[in-house]
Amino acid sequence: MDFNYTILIPLIPLALFVILGIFSKKIPPSISGWIGSIGLGTTFVLSWYTAYTYFLGGKVDGVYQTFIYKYTWLNFTDNLHIDMGVLIDPISVMMLVVVSTISFMVHLYSRGYMKGDDGYTRFFSYLALFSFSMFGLVLATNLFQMYIFWELVGVSSFLLIGYYYTKPSAVAAAKKAFIVTRFADLGFLIGILLVSYYAGTFDFQEINNLQGSIITSWAATSFMGLSVFTWGLILIYMGGIGKSAMMPFHIWLPDAMEGPTPVSALIHAATMVVAGVYLVARLFPAFYFVEDGFALQIVAYIGAISSLVAAVIAITQTDIKRVLAFSTMSQIGYMMLALGVSKYDGHEGLGFMASMFHLFTHAMFKALLFLAAGSVIHVVHSNYLKDMGGLRKYMPITNITFLIAALSIAGFPGFAGFFSKDEILAAAYENNMLIYVSSVIVAGLTAFYIFRLYFGIFWGKNKEYEHTPHESPWSMTVPMLFLAFMSIAGGYFHFSEYISADKIPFQSHLDIPLAAIATSIGLVGIILAFIFYKKENNLPERFAQSFGVFYKWTYHKFYFDELYLFITKKILFGVVGFSAAWFDKYIVDGTMIGIGNVTVAISNKIKGLQSGKFQDYAMSFIGGSVVIAMVIFYLWIN
Amino acid sequence: MIAGINIYEILSLTSILFFIGVYGFVTRENLITVLLSIELILNAAAVNFVLINTYLYPDLLQGAIFSIFIIALAAAETALAIAIIINLYKLIYSVEVKDTETMKY
Repeated sequence: MDFNYTILIPLIPLALFVILGIFSKKIPPSISGWIGSIGLGTTFVLSWYTAYTYFLGGKVDGVYQTFIYKYTWLNFTDNLHIDMGVLIDPISVMMLVVVSTISFMVHLYSRGYMKGDDGYTRFFSYLALFSFSMFGLVLATNLFQMYIFWELVGVSSFLLIGYYYTKPSAVAAAKKAFIVTRFADLGFLIGILLVSYYAGTFDFQEINNLQGSIITSWAATSFMGLSVFTWGLILIYMGGIGKSAMMPFHIWLPDAMEGPTPVSALIHAATMVVAGVYLVARLFPAFYFVEDGFALQIVAYIGAISSLVAAVIAITQTDIKRVLAFSTMSQIGYMMLALGVSKYDGHEGLGFMASMFHLFTHAMFKALLFLAAGSVIHVVHSNYLKDMGGLRKYMPITNITFLIAALSIAGFPGFAGFFSKDEILAAAYENNMLIYVSSVIVAGLTAFYIFRLYFGIFWGKNKEYEHTPHESPWSMTVPMLFLAFMSIAGGYFHFSEYISADKIPFQSHLDIPLAAIATSIGLVGIILAFIFYKKENNLPERFAQSFGVFYKWTYHKFYFDELYLFITKKILFGVVGFSAAWFDKYIVDGTMIGIGNVTVAISNKIKGLQSGKFQDYAMSFIGGSVVIAMVIFYLWIN
Repeated sequence: MIAGINIYEILSLTSILFFIGVYGFVTRENLITVLLSIELILNAAAVNFVLINTYLYPDLLQGAIFSIFIIALAAAETALAIAIIINLYKLIYSVEVKDTETMKY
């Protein structure tokens, strides 16, 4: 089997980025959209072909093989070298499919959505840059390569959030996203340095090697009661927390919705934000075996807390994209907790499979939710629920596709989300009751908030619109229909045949009792949303009032933004920054200025010596001579 | 050897000459008179050379020859100094010591 053609998958978008970026003024919009779409279409075909050949023939003795094609990029010493290359294994192939599919669909969709925009070509070049970086991240063979592409997706995300750079809120959001993730990436970098220093390698294969130095001898070096590898993995996971918008670095994701909606679908729902999940999955053996999975416990709890908090916040938000943003955060929390509760061997590794499965299905239905929301926003010209209502009559395709995606995320039987969520709940049930209970609650909340959105947009009040809404053009509805198809069909892949922690296929079955519990909770959520929002009534307000303070807290996202602002503005800038500035101004500068002043004062005092009167000089000379002569004379006579 | 004159008397003379020169060099306000004072100092030295040659080493000639060197040197030095003073006069229309202070810059 030869997969070296997969190097084309990242290189095609890179070429697109260069071409579209350099000639952005020369290429007319009608062509640039096509160039981008065709390029990504090629990667789409290549990725599916790779997946097809790999999953059909990539097994030797029932174990999926890993194919690595790399060359040494920077060679420092025999041990220390940074490679660039392509790593083909089940999860990277699965991610290739996800990224290329969503990216292709978003390209097609953007041709309609961005029509008439000034920066049309620039938009497509950024999308290509993002696709390139994301493919590079997915295919990375070592931590360092992953880190490079990790930062590149961060940059593309920054560029795309700040795409409407004349809008101050977009600029602020871009800055916020970049700074918050960058801060988290500091942990990632330190983690990489720690792990690679003690393991002597950047390479994923060697880090994950079950006979390798990390997994067999993690206890050799410890720091403050934990293995240094545990510290390293926790710090690496910190990068994942930032990128995947987990608590407490989630604050950038809602603001990132300032970017164009296709960007939210591609980057902030389906691909980039799951990079953290992918990172943990990529290092899963290390996470699982080092310190008996201590770092993995942290992954699980952070995932569980984030999914619960985000789901609660999502209920009260009024901006539909923000609801979806918190929903994304909640679902990524699901993936994280599934990884966290997973074990390694065979069926025990259900959580790992469930996480990847949910990543796949979530990418499809969440991208679809965003694209459908974009379609609505495109027509209504507003992000707010209060400006929408009764749209089902005007936009039948958007209505149907949104409903499919909503049913899928709510875990309605038969839809993709149902299957993947069931696997996650089964994995949680087997390993951690607390996390299981919280996940079930989240399942109910998810069903509620997503149907609140659905009924609020497409049913509810019959609003009068200035312009009669109309269905979006084909260029937008076709990708939506494809993703709607995937949101159903995605659940029928036998994921456990393809992806498992130890790369050995196993059989997984629907856990009927657990599925029944989750489904009934989901149905309760849907029915509640139906009662509350199907027809306009005052139930939601009365309900909100009865919750009082809690509602207010939730509406303000538990004041996380305010907390961060307090920390940065008041504590960092106010106390630390102020005292540092004082120190700089009065101690550092003061010392230097003092030295300068003393020198000037001394020179003022002694500059009279150099009077320019040569007779004075002669006097000094003679006086000096006389003194020396007297000294010599005195010594001589003694 | 000069009959009836002690070496100390002549040394006193040259010392007086030397210190008159030094005093003049330090106190005169006119560059020309400063130059004259330098001549006095040089002449005191020249007389000393001849004197010590005559009284201490009467059979040698180095002291006398050195005094000739000093006279030649003084002539050259005077020529140079006069040239400088003339140029200075062209520049600032003055040969006063106090007007040359600005030369320190």
